[in-house]
Amino acid sequence: MSDNLPEVPEQPIARTGMFGTSGTGDTSGYGGLVVRRPAPVSSPRPYGSYFDEIVDGLDHEGVERVVVDRGELTLHVAREHLVEVMKKLRDDPALRFELSLGVSGVHYPHETGSELRAVYHLCSITHNRRVRVECSTPDDDRHVPSTVSVYPTHNWHERETYDFFGIIFDGHPGLTRIEMPDDWEGHPQRKDYPLGGIPVEYRGAEIPAPDQRRSYA
Amino acid sequence: MTQEATEGKVYDVAGQDWDKLTEAVAESSEERLVINMGPQHPSTHGVLRLVLTLDGETVTEARTVIGYLHTGIEKNLEYRTWTQGVTFVTRMDYLSPIFNEATYCLGVERLLGIEDRIPDRAQAIRVLTMELTRISSHLMAICTYGMELGATTPFLYGLREREMVLDIMEYITGLRMNMAYIRPGGVSVDLPAGAVDKIGELLKVMPERIKDMRKILDANPVYTRRTKDIAYLDLTGCMALGITGPVLKAAGLPWDLRKSQPYCGYETYDFEIATEQTCDVYGRYQVRVSEMEESLKLIEQALDRLTGPLKNQPVMIEDKKIGWPAQLALGPDGLGNSPAHIAHIMSSSMEALIHHFKLVTEGFRVPAGQAYVPVESPRGELGAHVVSDGGTRPFRVHFRDPSFTNLQAVPAMCEGGYIADVISAVASLDPVMGGVDR
Repeated sequence: MSDNLPEVPEQPIARTGMFGTSGTGDTSGYGGLVVRRPAPVSSPRPYGSYFDEIVDGLDHEGVERVVVDRGELTLHVAREHLVEVMKKLRDDPALRFELSLGVSGVHYPHETGSELRAVYHLCSITHNRRVRVECSTPDDDRHVPSTVSVYPTHNWHERETYDFFGIIFDGHPGLTRIEMPDDWEGHPQRKDYPLGGIPVEYRGAEIPAPDQRRSYA
Repeated sequence: MTQEATEGKVYDVAGQDWDKLTEAVAESSEERLVINMGPQHPSTHGVLRLVLTLDGETVTEARTVIGYLHTGIEKNLEYRTWTQGVTFVTRMDYLSPIFNEATYCLGVERLLGIEDRIPDRAQAIRVLTMELTRISSHLMAICTYGMELGATTPFLYGLREREMVLDIMEYITGLRMNMAYIRPGGVSVDLPAGAVDKIGELLKVMPERIKDMRKILDANPVYTRRTKDIAYLDLTGCMALGITGPVLKAAGLPWDLRKSQPYCGYETYDFEIATEQTCDVYGRYQVRVSEMEESLKLIEQALDRLTGPLKNQPVMIEDKKIGWPAQLALGPDGLGNSPAHIAHIMSSSMEALIHHFKLVTEGFRVPAGQAYVPVESPRGELGAHVVSDGGTRPFRVHFRDPSFTNLQAVPAMCEGGYIADVISAVASLDPVMGGVDR
């Protein structure tokens, strides 16, 4: 588990340019400063609070690393074990995370090999506890097993994450777009997808994307 | 395969000659009818679309289609500073905007590590505005229930009462809705003079008005027949589908984040969680009305604190590197930075000017990491998953909106029931499409 993993140095994200954005006409917020403070990659024991009990109770080879940050416990789970881990989290009497608050995605383009993350927030009503489960997947093989069989509420949430990030949830009963139109191209919440940049059709005329309109620079 | 081979003879209704259609259908023995309710329909609470398969009056299949109000708020947040984000998130669930702001700001505050340093007065004002908003949101839910089931009086009463709450919100924040009032570090402006009296008036009037609402609806035979034992969803169903809020409480589980995982100091207030055992629409209505009554208690307690021990205390964190520098004041051209603050930065403190400039143009930087601090919104657990890369803008913000999740219960509640009860079921979930689609 987390103990013998080397500390992965997380690449700081460099923001360059006057407004930190590129490719779009959006000019809000001055983001010229470079930030060098990575988030914790894994936490040493003891985790404190009820977190040790959860990690010991789960005790599953699928848990790759454990992060305790700002009073929240995050378990990074390998995708091939995700469904098993979720089932154990739900059913084990010591864990009992009956309620899932759904899935969301995060795209870390700088983390090669684990660019896309599916993030699950679980809540145990029996023990009044919370845990976050993260499952990463490389961008060129965007597959995560579907957990709809464990938490039926994930149905729409996984569709949403697929819609916005392109993560394919294998075994989902009907993985289609949910927010964007069915024929939309691309996955808008990814970092390589621009804000705006889509030409708009209006009464037969095409209005160019914001970044292709006249510029005052 | 053709559609005819898979589905049998299909008659489309798309504006053709009605006589020809009825003639053709009269020859057929097929009873199955697929109708499209929405996305523009007065009782779908916005742009919700329901595809209903009917066998006579009975719904055999209900499918929910959303996405008509998707505005990309989460994407837009990544291009604005953390403080500007509040202005976006308040527009998600537009019937309870304060809760969106609260969960977002609590998340940002956890990332900043300043949770313990938020002034008590700011927390009490947050509780006050949240509970006021809970009342206005529940009023909207209940009065539209009534209207959609055919009674217009509750709607007129409900909107009149809601207007009182919105007037107070306007008086405090400057806007009736989408007020961007709660900010990371506190609230944007202290209660103006006279706000306490106005809220006091509301506290005097509202209990009577809620009683009136109860008189109209509680034992109304038409209303009870349309709501009792309708759209049944028990605790197991709620857990599996992730349903929270009044629907869960009407299934008998007293799960309320204000009690179980308190925030903003809710643990220091005295209130009860309303529950019902009926699992039906009527139970959800009862939970909402009881919650409004509890909210009045909470408002009273918060008001006592604001006028008593918390009087004249700050409403924004003292940290000059985080707290929004200016307080708002009402000038001849509307709300703006207070003249005292402008005089201070322009003529007496260079440092204050620098802080103002940096905070307003660039914003503060938030240490990398992620946080999720849910709140109990009128519709259930509302949580913002806030991720920072250490920059001045959010790296990713995802809103776990209760309306989005709760809408998944529509098939479970409606299939096998009558089509008229679909209206009842959807109304009892009280979805707000702005929150669903974001």
